[in-house]
Amino acid sequence: MKPAFPPVLGYALRRLLQAVPVVLLIMVGTFLLLKLAPGDTVDALVGDMGGADAAYIERMRAEYGLDQPVYVQLLTYMGKLITFDLGWSFVYEQPVSAILFERLGVTLLLMATSLTLAFSIGILLGAIAARRVYSLTDNVISTLGLIFYATPSFFLSLLMIYLFSVKLGWLPVGGIKTVAGFYTGWDHYVDVALHLVMPTAALSLIYLSFYLRLMRASVLEVADLDYVRTAKAKGAGETRLMVHHIMRNALLPVVTLLGLQFSTVLGGSVVVETIFTLPGLGQLASQSVVQRDMNTLMGIIFLCSIIVVVVNFLTDLLYARLDSRIELA
Amino acid sequence: MTTSVRNLGLALAAAGALSAGAAMAQDVQRGGTAIIQMKGEQRILNPALRASTGVYYITGKIIEPLIDLSYDGYVPVLATEWSSSEDGLEITLKLREGVNWHDGEPFTCDDVSFTAMEMWKKLLNYSSSLQANLEAVDCPDPHTAVFKYSKPMPLQLFVAAMPDLGHPVPKHLFEGTDIMRSEYNTAPVGTGPFKFVEYQRGQYVIAERNDDYWRGEEYPYLDRIVWRFIEDTSAAAAAIEAGEVHESGFIGISLADIARLRDDPRFDVGTKGYENNVAHSTVEFNHRNPILADLDVRKAIYHGLDIDYAIETIMRGYAKPGRGLIPSTGGANYTDDVPTYPYDPELAKTMLDEAGYPVQEDGFRFHLRHRPAPWGEYTQLWAEYFRQAMSEIDIDVEILQNDAPGFLAGVYRDHDFDTANGWHQFRSDPAVSTTVWLRSGQPEGSPWTNQFGWQSDEVDQLIDAAASELDPEKRAEMYHELQRLSMEELPVIFAIEHPFISVTNKVLKNHHNTPRWNSSSWYDLWIDD
Repeated sequence: MKPAFPPVLGYALRRLLQAVPVVLLIMVGTFLLLKLAPGDTVDALVGDMGGADAAYIERMRAEYGLDQPVYVQLLTYMGKLITFDLGWSFVYEQPVSAILFERLGVTLLLMATSLTLAFSIGILLGAIAARRVYSLTDNVISTLGLIFYATPSFFLSLLMIYLFSVKLGWLPVGGIKTVAGFYTGWDHYVDVALHLVMPTAALSLIYLSFYLRLMRASVLEVADLDYVRTAKAKGAGETRLMVHHIMRNALLPVVTLLGLQFSTVLGGSVVVETIFTLPGLGQLASQSVVQRDMNTLMGIIFLCSIIVVVVNFLTDLLYARLDSRIELA
Repeated sequence: MTTSVRNLGLALAAAGALSAGAAMAQDVQRGGTAIIQMKGEQRILNPALRASTGVYYITGKIIEPLIDLSYDGYVPVLATEWSSSEDGLEITLKLREGVNWHDGEPFTCDDVSFTAMEMWKKLLNYSSSLQANLEAVDCPDPHTAVFKYSKPMPLQLFVAAMPDLGHPVPKHLFEGTDIMRSEYNTAPVGTGPFKFVEYQRGQYVIAERNDDYWRGEEYPYLDRIVWRFIEDTSAAAAAIEAGEVHESGFIGISLADIARLRDDPRFDVGTKGYENNVAHSTVEFNHRNPILADLDVRKAIYHGLDIDYAIETIMRGYAKPGRGLIPSTGGANYTDDVPTYPYDPELAKTMLDEAGYPVQEDGFRFHLRHRPAPWGEYTQLWAEYFRQAMSEIDIDVEILQNDAPGFLAGVYRDHDFDTANGWHQFRSDPAVSTTVWLRSGQPEGSPWTNQFGWQSDEVDQLIDAAASELDPEKRAEMYHELQRLSMEELPVIFAIEHPFISVTNKVLKNHHNTPRWNSSSWYDLWIDD
């Protein structure tokens, strides 16, 4: 009997249904966890403004609904969430969805560029290193990989700032654009690109080391398998062997890692975003914790959990495409 | 071109052909953008709702106060004259004529009356206690405002509070709206030399020249001011060094970088311009702990602290030892005739022995749980030093790390601490925000007030009497007495008095020329580039 619609759609629908309780659980758990942190957003706001009298504090708490019991706050929040209303940020005095939307662009741009660079250069170098294993080329590539792997991103970032901004004066220290530059058209894009050079380099160098090391190990492992020997025996050339038989199979664990890392995209660049003062989601998340900005933080987590679910789904689809032995079930 | 004009001016001045004043005037270069680094971001840019130097740092250029403070005393800004009735129940202000808001509407007494009654009295932190007895602000004519009080308000206190707590905002933009949610809280409209342009959260604020400024067409000199939010102190220091930022105020970078840039000829580094922004680094006690309720223990702890060492190593010399409640910049209300507790660990140990706290089997006299305020590097270091100094007199201090909300709730609301440290800023007059540190009966949970479980009838009475005493000399005497009592009873140790520190690129001219410069309007600031 043939199913009424393609199996992929049925699979997608089931995964979607499974995702709902997962996201709900994440949201309730996070909400309660955040409530365990000492102090609330009023404490943080009052701290920022250098103190306030008790009546003022009480009025703020009432206005923000923080005087209600926790379960009432939770129910109110979840009730709104069901209608995809992420609420109002009392710290930014804006709807949370507007803030998230504003910040998402920068983070996606930064992460997509870094991950693409890291992924493509990483698998290339990893494959080269594996094919020339234990040679000088391999040693140089592996050592570089190890150095990037071991360097904390904040250190790499500051090192680059010191060299390229302070000493050489080639690149701007931080920000997403020259604030009082008022550039338009191409000048604007060039300006933004210049501002993104160092943060992208800092992030991709670290990610690159992951892909490089994993690809190298994976290629070495696949190269010893029977079907590669068979292909070699059938007279497949080096290129065909590498591209068709080894790379494609060696990519599976690397794709898993890509999926995993893309899931952490939103939070993964807190340090780099903070040092380079890029207005992205990572910076927003860390500030929201300090500010106890519940709604914004919950909004970020909501967005993250949805991205995780979606990316996991896409990774599974990609598996099936790469390795036809894997079936979607 | 400008350079050659300037050099010519200097050459002529050197030849004696021009007076120094004329050379100075020729010196000024118009235009340009000043770029300012800020470590933290204040989201509400309305000084009539949020009393905070972080707000004035931006809004001071856009929204002006009625009265400002200069090195020559209080000077008129939007108010031109001030006087008080003999019973102290009425304060009359003459308002400046011919001043327009940035949207073109005229500035009148209605704006002052509305802001005072709706914001200063009801919504503005610190101000709502200060103006608690304000009954009404009458407007006999558009440029006269009469503040009416139910209890005497010392003119001296009123005037001292105005530079910080006296910013009028336009009535026609706020009236009839939900003030806390007004769009003008993040897009300020004022009368100042600069007009608000744009606020990008997490990134920057831009303000541009106000061509209709009341001081005359020549002011302000700058075209534009940009404030950039750079949280990471190392990145901020790099931005200053790379010339991307001209000014970093309120200790916006690490003290190690400040000490390093001090020797760099491109920068002015110092505390000038912060005389009105002096703060105390404190040691706060929880007097609910019976050990700390013992005055001899608190005195011994003070003797165990090497304040001069802490000033040299932590504050890099930019500070001096505290002398109780009021800092040395407190004017007539300050006295240095108070008891002090010089560093003497041996004496401290003897005093602790005599107070009945000998060293126990575990090697310590007693254990303290200490909450350090997370207000940046030097506050954390002061906590570390406190622990180190206490271990030398055999007191064990456990440091409980916490972030801002955790600290404020832990100390001021839940009272879950033995000792704590932070800093507290003095605001011109002790009655504005300082005496609340000692006055009992503070509602629980108000940060930076007496939440220490300490109470003294004598101190309470003095604080209340001084707040409504009209004779400045008698007031000063009362504050001297309060300061002495705070050093005798040690409810809190006001250990180190420190101004803030700025790192300024020397291309900025006329910088730090008032005692609250970073909060002021910068109408005469110019840039030489």
